[in-house]
Amino acid sequence: MSEAIKKFMFVNTKAPYGTVYALESLEVVLITAAFDQDVSLVFCDDGVFQISNNQNTEASGMKNFSNAYKALGDYDINKLYVEKESLEERGLTLDNIMDLTYEDDDWAEKPSIKLVTRAELADLMDDQDLVISS
Amino acid sequence: MATITVEGKEIEVDEEGYLVDLSAWFPAVASEMAKIDEVEMGDDHWDIINFLREYYEEYQIAPAVRVLTKAVAKKLGKEKGNSKYLYELFPYGPGKQACKFAGLPKPTGCV
Repeated sequence: MSEAIKKFMFVNTKAPYGTVYALESLEVVLITAAFDQDVSLVFCDDGVFQISNNQNTEASGMKNFSNAYKALGDYDINKLYVEKESLEERGLTLDNIMDLTYEDDDWAEKPSIKLVTRAELADLMDDQDLVISS
Repeated sequence: MATITVEGKEIEVDEEGYLVDLSAWFPAVASEMAKIDEVEMGDDHWDIINFLREYYEEYQIAPAVRVLTKAVAKKLGKEKGNSKYLYELFPYGPGKQACKFAGLPKPTGCV
């Protein structure tokens, strides 16, 4: 299957709760990774809230699935791009974002989160075979 | 809706035998599902089932086989964290069958 590896970029733009987009996108991401594809994720606009710290869904009555993002490293998904401008526009910094990591071949823990500017994101998108946004 | 009977209780399962209500699980449910699938449960099976339940508790997802294998290798050692060993325990697939016995949903990424 190695000749069929494509670069998939999933762009998350919506808040985690209130709609099903974030959860459904995460499911597709995990399925895509199970087929050994090159997967990266982008969190921009309200999508940055999907991986914000200390989520509490009690009042909304929805299941808090934020811990599932911590499993991305197990799926060898270690390119998580967070857009700098989106954080700033919402008064957030990387300190408000979950500390998501992966383990390299020697089982050393490495950060998966990469802060990128809007301009850098455009270049990254250019480099993909598929860009899927939700 | 299909059901299985465990210790006199009717437990709902879907068309593939997965629990409808994940909180309805107790250990005898796994034993009953194993009996239906003709799998003889031993300590090694329980190690994997308990591991899956802990994984689900922490991450809220049922791991795909590849992920399960890697995580088991890390936690229980390389001699258990390989697909040959896991397939011997769960012939219908360590992802699908073990998750079913553990009362978890069908793993994401299994088709």
